[in-house]
Amino acid sequence: MTDGGLQKIGEQMIEIDLDKVTIREFNQQLHDLNGTDKKEAYKIMNPRGKHSVAVGADAPVDITVEGHVGYYCGGMNKHANIDIKGNAGPGVAENIMSGCVRVQGNTSQYAGATGRGGMLVIEGDASSRCGISMKGVDIVVGGSVDNMSAFMGQAGNLVVCGNAGHALGDSLYEVKIYVQGEVKSLGADCVEKEMTEEHVAKLAELLEKAKINADPRKFRRYGSARKLYNFKIDNARLPE
Amino acid sequence: MEANLGNWLSDMLIEMTDRGPDSAGIAIYRNPVAANQTKITLLSRDEDIDWKKLGEQLKKDLHAAFEIEPVLNHAIVTTDANADDIKTWLEQNRPEILVNASGKVIEAYKQIGLPENLIERFNVRKMQGTHALGHSRMATESNVTTEHSHPFATGEDLCLVHNGSLSNHNRLRTFLRDQKIKFQTDNDSEVAAGYLTWRLREGDSLEQALEAAMKDLDGFYTFAIGTQDGFAVLRDPIGCKPAVMAETDDWAAMASEFRAIECLPGAESAKIWEPEPSRIYSWQRD
Amino acid sequence: MSDSTDNEHKPQRPLPPLVESFTWNRGTISEIQRAAEEGIYSIRGGGAKRYVPHFDDLLFLGASMSRYALEGYRERCDTDVVLGSRFAKKPLHLDIPITIAGMSFGALSAEAKDSLGRGASMMGTSTTTGDGGMTPEERKSSKTLVYQLLPSRYGMNPDDLRKADAVEVVCGQGAKPGGGGMLLGQKISDRVAEMRTLPKGVDQRSACRHPDWTGPDDLEIKIQELREITDWEKPIYIKVGATRTYYDVKLAVKAGADVIVVDGMQGGTAATQDVFIEQVGIPTMPAVRLAVKALQEMGMHRKVQLIVSGGIRNGSDVAKCMALGADAVSIGMAALYALGCNDPKYDEDYRQLGTRAGFYDAYHEGRCPAGISTQDPELSKRLDPELGGRRIKNLLQTMMLEAQTLARACGKSHLHNLEPEDMVALTVESAAMAGVPLAGTDWIPGNTRY
Repeated sequence: MTDGGLQKIGEQMIEIDLDKVTIREFNQQLHDLNGTDKKEAYKIMNPRGKHSVAVGADAPVDITVEGHVGYYCGGMNKHANIDIKGNAGPGVAENIMSGCVRVQGNTSQYAGATGRGGMLVIEGDASSRCGISMKGVDIVVGGSVDNMSAFMGQAGNLVVCGNAGHALGDSLYEVKIYVQGEVKSLGADCVEKEMTEEHVAKLAELLEKAKINADPRKFRRYGSARKLYNFKIDNARLPE
Repeated sequence: MEANLGNWLSDMLIEMTDRGPDSAGIAIYRNPVAANQTKITLLSRDEDIDWKKLGEQLKKDLHAAFEIEPVLNHAIVTTDANADDIKTWLEQNRPEILVNASGKVIEAYKQIGLPENLIERFNVRKMQGTHALGHSRMATESNVTTEHSHPFATGEDLCLVHNGSLSNHNRLRTFLRDQKIKFQTDNDSEVAAGYLTWRLREGDSLEQALEAAMKDLDGFYTFAIGTQDGFAVLRDPIGCKPAVMAETDDWAAMASEFRAIECLPGAESAKIWEPEPSRIYSWQRD
Repeated sequence: MSDSTDNEHKPQRPLPPLVESFTWNRGTISEIQRAAEEGIYSIRGGGAKRYVPHFDDLLFLGASMSRYALEGYRERCDTDVVLGSRFAKKPLHLDIPITIAGMSFGALSAEAKDSLGRGASMMGTSTTTGDGGMTPEERKSSKTLVYQLLPSRYGMNPDDLRKADAVEVVCGQGAKPGGGGMLLGQKISDRVAEMRTLPKGVDQRSACRHPDWTGPDDLEIKIQELREITDWEKPIYIKVGATRTYYDVKLAVKAGADVIVVDGMQGGTAATQDVFIEQVGIPTMPAVRLAVKALQEMGMHRKVQLIVSGGIRNGSDVAKCMALGADAVSIGMAALYALGCNDPKYDEDYRQLGTRAGFYDAYHEGRCPAGISTQDPELSKRLDPELGGRRIKNLLQTMMLEAQTLARACGKSHLHNLEPEDMVALTVESAAMAGVPLAGTDWIPGNTRY
């Protein structure tokens, strides 16, 4: 480890200066805790848009990132809580399994792509394909999401407090989508669905967990029409 | 900012080395020539070129004033001759020489290899100017040569850099050749540049030309286009190739990734966002 | 019959022979009528059925006077290969250069996956997961297991990623370069649905591009992430379907691959559009040549290893791929046939499915009588993994012995020392595609702009 890059603050907070420590060195240090229940706390300084910050964590550690990150921050995260005090590049928290990744700024494309569990909170806006192929993660966006969000989404919840871009929920399987603002257009097989009390309760729970302030009753719910589920041989039938 | 432009551009370009290690190029806008003059950046494929001798030949054949400032295998030519006449003369007499850019303020430098080599060789860090573009290329389907390097000149004081891959550039090149647009390579990005040249020649504004490009160019792209007094950005309707834009009170910047913008002073507090697909963004200096 | 007396004594003219149109033959007519009824393209499994120039069009120049042959069984002809030596801390050391290609649990039964693992492990080679994640059974039975990262990311998780011995980023497949996957609802059983986080019984649509990167410059960053998560230990493969192979291989090198897998158009699939299988991609033979040329130009031949797949059937196909410059090959369809797919002993079952042994390709329907491409517990019980494993081992062993026989005949003490110059082509097409001279001439037709 390079001298000076790593510093223990008090008993627990460990400061990592990415101007002095490489991504490899930090990730290795993180992975050395994998499979344990150590609750170390890290503060990451000078991320400067670097890629793969804190990927592959598998311990209940707290990681605070002081700045903007590049691609795949928190990729395949398990158990860790990652708080990014800035913007995140493409694929933040891709394939997240558990734990929580919070982005205080905006995110680029593919936020939470294929995520299987845990939570991704984006306080700002998410770009296109937010929650693409999501498989169980809960994504809560304080701002808006752009085109093709939740494309082919399989499971989990996507909550958008702002607006949604074109083709929301295209080719959807079973993701539940809640949007408070405008939806530019719905994708193939995505339809508006009834917002029951059960859904309001679930949404309230998600918002509370994400620490995002919004009134769950103001949201509309979207989901799969399930018409793409099995191809229907109806083209040859004469109209009745 | 203007005093540091070369330095900042260099830092940005070096950050993007991984995305394009095959060749690098820049366009910089500076030192405007007089209203009756044209500035042309020439590039010789022959490293041992005698630029002085070329200047004398041009003067003799085209009966115009030529001031040539050699920069290794590049040269900045200032002339009162017509730029098209010079291009035609070069094609006929000196086919090893390419026209990198022409206009009132643009200069363009490019070569194969890493950005840091280009920056060192052409002393880019010391360059001053109003605005600039850089590109590092990962060759996809065409060769790694100087001619294949970005930026591509598209018109007076215009140039284009491209990230992505066009899927209908071959037929479009054939069409544009019929419209007397000249191509030096089989590169897809050069077709995008040639397309804009054609639309502008037909009287389109840059905005109109880019609107038309969205209909006629198929495939994936993020374009950045240098203009006389600013730059424009356009992403294709699918919008998968990355782009980040940033603005402060002092500057506006665009790059494939934030880490390239990060090296600019004040980047941490800049307004940062991602351009929407199929939307034309443009900046002009006040 | 006419009642005219004039005709009575004339010899009868035989009926004219039935002439089938080449353009509008019975297959074409039947397909048109099927399309008119169903209103959707035809989906099937397997690989291209049309004729394409293949390795049978190449022949080895065995030793006689100018070269000295090696004695079979006595003089060594080594077969080992190291895969992933460019960046990975733990490259794979395989005893034979024939690996098992990626085929998913879901497309195949657990018993079939288990058999593949057992057979490959007995021969000291690797197997590969597929579009559906890693099963504990296959991890257990496979000594060396390659974990595929596909656009769908079904079942993808960091634990299995770390349990794998190598990671294969799948950008394309020979049967359908540029296309996604399609697994019909019949095969989405409870277990498959759970592994893939899908509702049971739905048609599963797999994407054609990856969800979190687009293009080689992004892929380079994705690979860095995978290396970080696996602490730079695992070799990273990039698999492409053979199309613009020369460029794709160069880009895979630039994106940071340790190993490149090129899958030719004869490669199989569990299910895709027939039009894709037959009309997209280039044959395996020219793909090897283009891939090797790209690697050589970059100075990366043998440094980034090349695995070739798509229609590899026997030891001579293996030896010819290696002679053209591949480091290893991969088999998929051949392994399924070894397990009993299309075995005549199930002919009666095949007839009930409206086909015959030797013609069955409806892998997507999940009713495989041999218990291979099915999730039906009654059918899959027919395949005993222990026996299946032995059959896979026997096939690999036979292929290896054949390849060694050919290599020894050419005077080689290692399969890797086979060269293009050890071969001639039988046809002009194969000479042009493989870049070896037409037999009896020094003529290599064709010109390449690459």
